[in-house]
Amino acid sequence: MKTARLLAVAAVLFNVAGNYCLSLGMKQTGQLVSASPLDYLRALLNPWVALGVVLQFGWLISQLSLLSWADLSWVLPITAFGYALPAVLGAVFLHERVQPTRWAGVALIVLGVAVVSRTIPRTHRPRGESQ
Amino acid sequence: MKWLLVAIIVAGNTASDLLNALAMRRHGEVREFHPSAIGRLIAALATNRYIAGAIVAMAISFFALLSLLSIADLSFAIPATSASYMIETLLAKALLKEDVRWERWLGAGLVAAGVALLAIE
Repeated sequence: MKTARLLAVAAVLFNVAGNYCLSLGMKQTGQLVSASPLDYLRALLNPWVALGVVLQFGWLISQLSLLSWADLSWVLPITAFGYALPAVLGAVFLHERVQPTRWAGVALIVLGVAVVSRTIPRTHRPRGESQ
Repeated sequence: MKWLLVAIIVAGNTASDLLNALAMRRHGEVREFHPSAIGRLIAALATNRYIAGAIVAMAISFFALLSLLSIADLSFAIPATSASYMIETLLAKALLKEDVRWERWLGAGLVAAGVALLAIE
């Protein structure tokens, strides 16, 4: 149970940091809607995009590990805290003005996470446990 | 174009999450997190066909996300692609046979509504 919660925190942090870096990098590379893989590979040369990919890899490992400890229907709402985190961090550390509707969104997400966190993370038997 | 990319991202995320969940359930609990253990985990998962399918779905979703981020803000892209919460909860119950009780439905609904509110400029 404790492992599942720690992995959930790691997955949220990797995801938020990774998305932020990707967004920063893609703003620098310019518009990219293409069928050619080379155009996407070129975007990966941007340092922010590259760092974003590394952080997203960290998210993948923590998310897969989390899924070995918890149900998908538990993991999805819990890790959604990552959507609320940028608004909270922006308001606290960067003193950004956050619209009331966005605060309402943050509150609903936190409430949803609180409700789901009261349930047992895994409802199926792990592999190797007797039936 | 924006909404077509959103649809591709949602479909890719849903398929990849379901396949990852199935693969990790069969793999068993990951208990060690030092670099060599993570290396062994990656080696073990590299030959798993569910993970292979999930990576293909994730790659499609990822490149669609890159395209979307190049024509739309992160504040639109991420919340818009969160429509998959209820679909994935439904599929987790139907396909993965998870015991989805009212708290999880309520939680998924609250999170989906919250993420939608975050998207409002």
